[in-house]
This record gives sequence, structure tokens and C-alpha cells, in this order.
Amino acid sequence: MSQKLRYAYYPGCSGQGTSKEYEQSTRAVCEALGMELVDIPDWSCCGSSPAHTVDHRLSSALSGRNLALAERLEGVSAILTPCPSCLTNLKVSAHKMKDPEFAAEVNALLDFPVRNTLPVKSILQAIYEDVGPDALSPKVVRRLTGLKLAPYYGCIMNRPPDIMEFDDHENPIAMDRLMEAVGAEAVPFPLKVECCGASFGVARRDIVQKLSGKLLDTAASNGADAVVTACPLCQMNLDLRQDQINVANNTSHNMPVFYYTQLIGLALGMTPSQVGLEKLEVSPMALLDSLPARAEAQAQAAKKPASKGAQS
Amino acid sequence: MKIGVFVCHCGSNIAGTVDVVQVAEAAKSMPEVAFAQDTMYACSEPGQQGIIDAIKEKGLDGAVVASCTPRMHGSTFMRTVARAGLNPYMFEMANIREHVSWIGKDKVANTRKAIDLVRMAVAKLAQNRPLYSQSFSINKRVMIIGGGVAGIQAALDCADGGLEVVLVEKTTTIGGKMAKLDKTFPTVDCSSCILGPRMVDVAQHPNITLHASAEVDEVFGYVGNYQVEVRKKATYVNWKTCTGCGACMEKCPSKKSRDPFNELIGTTTAINIPFPQAIPKRASIDRDSCIKFKTGKCGICAKVCPTKAIDYDQQDEMITEEVGAIIAATGFDLMDWHVYGQYGAGRYPDVITSLQYERMLSASGPTGGHIKRPSDKKEPKTIVFIQCVGSRDKSVGRPYCTGFCCMYTAKQAILTKDHIPDSESYVFYMDIRAPGKMYDEFTRRAMEEYGAKYVRGRVSMVYPQDGKMIVRGVDTLAGAQVEVEADLVVLAVGAEGAAGSAQLAEKLRISYDSYGFFMEGHPKLKPVETNTAGVYLAGCAQGPKDIPSSVAQGSAAAAKVLSLFSKDQLQSDPQVSKVDLKRCVGCMKCALTCPFGAIKETEVRGEIKAQVIETICQGCGICTSTCRQGAIQLQNFTDNQILAEVNALLSSETEEA
Repeated sequence: MSQKLRYAYYPGCSGQGTSKEYEQSTRAVCEALGMELVDIPDWSCCGSSPAHTVDHRLSSALSGRNLALAERLEGVSAILTPCPSCLTNLKVSAHKMKDPEFAAEVNALLDFPVRNTLPVKSILQAIYEDVGPDALSPKVVRRLTGLKLAPYYGCIMNRPPDIMEFDDHENPIAMDRLMEAVGAEAVPFPLKVECCGASFGVARRDIVQKLSGKLLDTAASNGADAVVTACPLCQMNLDLRQDQINVANNTSHNMPVFYYTQLIGLALGMTPSQVGLEKLEVSPMALLDSLPARAEAQAQAAKKPASKGAQS
Repeated sequence: MKIGVFVCHCGSNIAGTVDVVQVAEAAKSMPEVAFAQDTMYACSEPGQQGIIDAIKEKGLDGAVVASCTPRMHGSTFMRTVARAGLNPYMFEMANIREHVSWIGKDKVANTRKAIDLVRMAVAKLAQNRPLYSQSFSINKRVMIIGGGVAGIQAALDCADGGLEVVLVEKTTTIGGKMAKLDKTFPTVDCSSCILGPRMVDVAQHPNITLHASAEVDEVFGYVGNYQVEVRKKATYVNWKTCTGCGACMEKCPSKKSRDPFNELIGTTTAINIPFPQAIPKRASIDRDSCIKFKTGKCGICAKVCPTKAIDYDQQDEMITEEVGAIIAATGFDLMDWHVYGQYGAGRYPDVITSLQYERMLSASGPTGGHIKRPSDKKEPKTIVFIQCVGSRDKSVGRPYCTGFCCMYTAKQAILTKDHIPDSESYVFYMDIRAPGKMYDEFTRRAMEEYGAKYVRGRVSMVYPQDGKMIVRGVDTLAGAQVEVEADLVVLAVGAEGAAGSAQLAEKLRISYDSYGFFMEGHPKLKPVETNTAGVYLAGCAQGPKDIPSSVAQGSAAAAKVLSLFSKDQLQSDPQVSKVDLKRCVGCMKCALTCPFGAIKETEVRGEIKAQVIETICQGCGICTSTCRQGAIQLQNFTDNQILAEVNALLSSETEEA
């Protein structure tokens, strides 16, 4: 980590609205970890979920424009984005433009061509691979001991594996390791890469209620106090719609749904408002306030069997 | 020289896309060709007779047959030429089937290429010289590598046929995978009850020498005269004095050692005999688990051993076995199912492999024949079997059907009902493949009499929830998603070649495929031979097989060895390298490059020269390309002959231009 970490940064639209707290905490955490984010000047929408269902060429041109703009920045080693959906669009375009014929068609739509030289990564991948849990851990000033988390990656962060080229597509562990590095416990969460229902929240709310409900049920039954996510849409479905889910499924979840950057930020000593905790629908404050007591209890529990072992 | 050319139609195989009449016509104008004709099936009896008649009537000195690959019929036509009174090496083959008609549809281009290949063969044949084989004697001992059921069968058949047999087994007991099975399909008879007596027969047969805990290190020599270096691995117990009493096992304090025989679901002692019926019934120490080896303190087994057989300082021992033939019967291993992350990838204790389940069913297994969940040792009531884990799955690089999983899964579903009458079994399958005698009836019995619920479709994921394993899949017949709350999940894991099979294949100089299976000489007509004379295959080493097929192939390999050894002398192939003593400067570069060790140094009138040992030389030609003097030449593949072929090809290009 001796070289300067400087990246082209693609914020994505949800960071300007529904997931402001993700954007805010991402910038804060990256700064604290020595990762310089250079905003891509005049970036435009990635096309989100509708564009590629209409026309692959136009969809790739939307992302291609952002790729080309990023390539004109100086001294950046990769393009980073917090949002898995933006990530998918950027990576898929870059992947498809490896085909020279397709690249020519896309470039014909753009003011200047895509060189396709910069790797595209999620913020999660950059923190995990370029900084790493081992370098993060000593920077922690407030260990989140006692916090049991279900790490939820969503369905597209790691898939399809040939294009995303990050972590294990069935059982990713990057967020687990980062959460352990800040002192929290990652409980076994088998639905790490299951779908939350995504944008069906608009058209078919019942689907989201069923799928996201299952995620909350499984997180709870595995002993998690909270879910930690890396995707604005997943966070929204699990957090903002938790009431709807409770009503539809006759459950009573009251489970905070964090962004992993919020928790890293807290651990690095930032205040709740610096990482936008007040923007969460299910308030995590009671849970966070209970952490010192939980940590104490955990330490006590750990001591007992140890002393017993010493006697025998 | 008068050369005859015979162009084969091979029915429509060649004639469909090559104008064979035109090829024969073109041949007539080639130098030294005295006779040319097309023939429907050159290899058939009338076809061969036609060649013989032409040679005799026209007084031909050699023949070119343009047909299929020499691998298929090279020796057929050499015999034909010999029957006509010529030296069999005055014969050449042009491959216009595999190299022409099968790979292109353009008849004009194909015909042109066929003519070129015939022209090259004629040019080469014009420089062929008669060659004569040498006779050499053979050592009528046979080595069998691998002591599973195929190796055991081959060993017993060879030994009963009067041969001396050396059986090499890498683990400490013979029996292989079959010894681990509880019951066998479709008869549901006890596996060790039918295998056990055969294992005892091996131990007691006067003609069989068994090297257990041994591996083949190196192989030298050639058919009839192989020298095999065998490494007998240190077991730290003197097997000559060990009686297999088991006192050491009772007292060994390291009771939680890994137990490969029980597929790691049970534990054993650091010094152990793998199972009660082991052959040889001798103890051995697992170094990695033994306290004596790890800390230097302990040595209890040495104290309690009544025959003082424990020897902590034992070293590997090298022995050389001289044999005339080798049967490779190294079997299979389960593919590494950990690549299936969606099924738990070793994260969930209650997802186990079929072979682990088999050990659990076995009365001599780690649970005494009781089915218990590994996580909490409770008896499972709902068991899900997932088939095709590592079979017919291109995404994990295993596109082939392992073939026996459908059957053993049905067997395990039946046995489960016998063990736990109030249990429910689900089997997720893709197709049922049960083509053996009484096999389909058997899988139907699992469904109809034993009530196993067969669901056609793949499982997408397995995960734990509230003490159960949730198995999520699809029923493609009902067109619906299925979720089963299981207590235990059993993966029917597919097979791949045994670990280390690639290395062994290289030592034996035989081919192997990308899955670790050895290649047979011909997929249909030489199923137990390899392309190396004197090396044969049996059992799953050649491809996944059930027990009856493995046994049948074991017997077949034994029959091949017995027929090979029915002669006292073998004929060597004279197409070997030969040194021109006048040109050889004795640099011995050829000897350095020879992979078979077939070239030795000799002294001729005070000068160092190279000499080829004809029976060892395989005719590969590496030495000829190494020799700067051009002193060493492969007979009938000389530099001049290859140049003649190239010139023939070039001359046809000039003609066209």
C-alpha cells in the first residue's frame, strides 16, 4: 500500500437520492483509508435496469461514455463505483467492447472512443483488495464488538463470475472479512447472493415482500442483529419496505439494514451523522447503544470456559 | 521398382467426398507406379485378395494402400503384402479417410489432397528397404498396479493361468472402493462378503506377490521385458513380524486421527489397520497424526506390540520387479465436489458425499451401521439425494456421465428405508440412466416399493435454517420450484481418474485424457489394450465403471496377458533407429535425448560409437533429429525418404502452377 491509491469515481444516481447515506459514508471512509476518489467529470446515468433490455448498443454507449470520460483522468488506477447495478453496467459494457466489431458500433455513437484500459471495480472490491482487512483493523478506534451481522451482497455484485471477477460467486467473503476486521461478527448467512426482488418493488410488491421477507427471516434465524449490504436497492427493499414486509408476512422484524461503509466509518471513529445513520428507516441507534454492554457480556462469557479449562 | 496403388472407397466413407477413381487414375502416371486401381473395401477378404493377385500377376515390388489410418489397418495390409510374398515393410499407407474425406466436404479439393498423399506415399515407398524382425524372449511375469476389484480379478485370473503375478497397491490394503461399500446394486448383497473371499484368495495364492503401501516409481524396458522400480513406502511397522493382532490400536492414545478408509467421517488411531478384513492385515502408522512423530514422546505401540514389530526409523524401500506385461487398474477418485459452492462446499456438516453415506450404512463403518447426522448425531428422517454432482456438468469441467451414480443412489434410497422405516427420501435427478441387467427394475423398485420420491431437476442451492437443510430445486416435470426441508443431504459425486494417474501414465508411456482416465488402444476394438505394447487397462482407470464391468475388464486384461505370454518369443518391430558407424563421431547426443534409454555407448576399433538396442527402441525418431552427422537414421523413415515425400508434394504444386 505504499503507492498512492487514486481512482476515478462513478457515484451513480441513487447516491444522489435514495442512498445518500451510502454515498456520504463511502466518501468519508475512502478518505480515511487514503483512497483518493476523483469524480468522473460530467458523468451520466448508466442506463440502470431498463437500458440493456431495450438495446445493448445504446446501453453500452451510456456506460461507454462514462468509461471514456474516466480514461481521460490522470493517474487513476481503476474506476470505482459503490452501486452494484452501475458496476454491472460498466463491467458488462467493458466486457462486450472487447469484441472489436461491437466496440466500433458503440464508439460510433460516442464523441470520443473508449480505450477499455482501466479496470472497473466496486468500492467493496477496492477496499478489500487494495487496502485489505489486515490494514483496516489497526485503524479501528471503536471496535464493533458484539454486533452480529448478516452480510448481504445481493445477486449481482459477484455474478456472472466470468465478468465480475470478484470473490466467490456462491459464497463471497469480502464483506464478512471487512466486518470482522472492525470487530463485528459475521453470522453464517446462506442467502448472501439471493435476490431481494430488486425493482419489482414498483411493479409487483408481493414478490419483494416474499423474497426480502425470506432474507430477513433467515438473517434473524441465524442470529443476526442487523443486515449489512453493499447495494442501494437491496438496502431500500430490506429497510424502507420492512414494515410492508412485516404486514404481508405477519412478522415483526425490527432489523437495521446498514451499508458496510457506514459501519466501517463508525469503527474508524466517525459520528453517526457523518455516516448518515439518521437516514436509515429502521433506527439502529438502540442496537448501537447496546454494543458496549454486549461486548462486556461477551467478554465475560469468553472468560468462564477459559478459567474452567485452566482448572482441569 | 514396380509399385501398385490401391485406392479404397470405404463404402461411402471415402468415396462420398473423394473421387477415388480419379485418384487411382492419377496414380498411374506417378513414377514407378506399375499398377493402380480403386477397390470397394481394401480391408475385406476380396479386397485383400485383389492386392495379392495384383502383386503376383504384375510382379510388383511394393504396395501403397490409400484408405484409413495405419492404426486401424496398417498391420492388416502388412500381412496381406507378406502373404503375396513381399517383405511386409515394402508397404505404405496414405490416410485419405481421417486426413481427407472425414474432415472436408469439397470433393474437388479432397480429391486433390488425396492424390498428393498418394504421391508422397509412392515417393517414400520407392526408397523403402525390406526390414526383418528380431525375435526376443519374454519374461512371463505380470505386474498389476492397483488392488481394487478390477486388479484383484486380473491378478487371480493371471495367477490361475499359471503366471507369476506382482500386485502393487498404494494404500495399506487391497479392496479399493468396493471394500468401502456396504451393499452392491442391483442385488443388494453385502459388498465385503463377495469381495472379502477374493481378497483372501489374493493373499493365499502361491503365484501372487502383494506389495501393499507401494507405488510404481519408474518403468524401464519394453513389452516382454519391463523393469519396474517399486517404492515400498515406510509404514513404521515391520510387516514380516506384525501379526495384525490390533493391540497397538487399542492402546494408541491418538484416537482422533483422520481415517481415509471411512472417508474422513470417522476417526481412527494413529497406528491402525484400515478395516477388520484388510489384506494384508498389518498395522501402519499415520505420521501426521502420530504423537511419537509429532512430539517425540509416546512410543506406546512399541511397548505393547507382542512381536516388537514397531520401527519408527523405517525408511522407504526400493525394489525392482522384472515383468513382461503390466496391467494398470488404478481406479477412480470422487471429483472435488467443493467446487459446488451452492451445495455448501464443505461448510455444512450435514451435506455429505455418497461414499461417506456408504460408510455410515456399513455395519463396520464409524457409526456401526446407524445413519446419523454429522452435526448432532441425530437420526435423520428426511434425506435428500442430489444426483449428477460432478457428472454431466460442463460448468465444472465434468461433461461426462459417470454412469453408476443413478444406481448407487437408488440403492442408498432403498437401504435408507430399511435402516429408518419412517424416513422419507428425495432424489433430485436429471435422467435415470440404468441400462444394465436388472438395473431399470432396481431403480423402479426404489420408487415404487420403497417410496423414494424422485424429482426431475437440478438443485440450485442448499442452506441451513433452523436446524434443517433447505434444499431448493426445481421439478421440471411439474414446472414448479421445490423446497425440501431435509435433515441430511447426500451428494452423488461423480468420478474422475485416481489421483496421480497422469504421472503413472507418463511412467508407463500411455495416453490419458483430461479427466485422468487412461486411453484404450481403440475405443471399440481394443478396449483393454493401450498404445504401448504389453500395457493393459482394467476397471475405472479406463473410465467410470460399475463392479460387473470392472470385473469383466479385469478378466479381459488377464486374457490379453495370457495370450501375449502364450508365445515364448516375440518379434521386434524393425522400424527402429540404426547407426551408420562410418559417420558416427561418438558424441552420444542421441543417447542423451532418447526417452527410452535405447542407445548405448560401444567401442568399435578403439573408437566410441553409438549403438541402438533394437528391442528397446520405439522408433520415435528423436535421435535422428539430434544427430548433427545424420549418422543415426530411423529405418524406412530416413531423412532422404522424408525429403522425397516433401519433394513429391512440391512437384505437384509446380505442376498446378
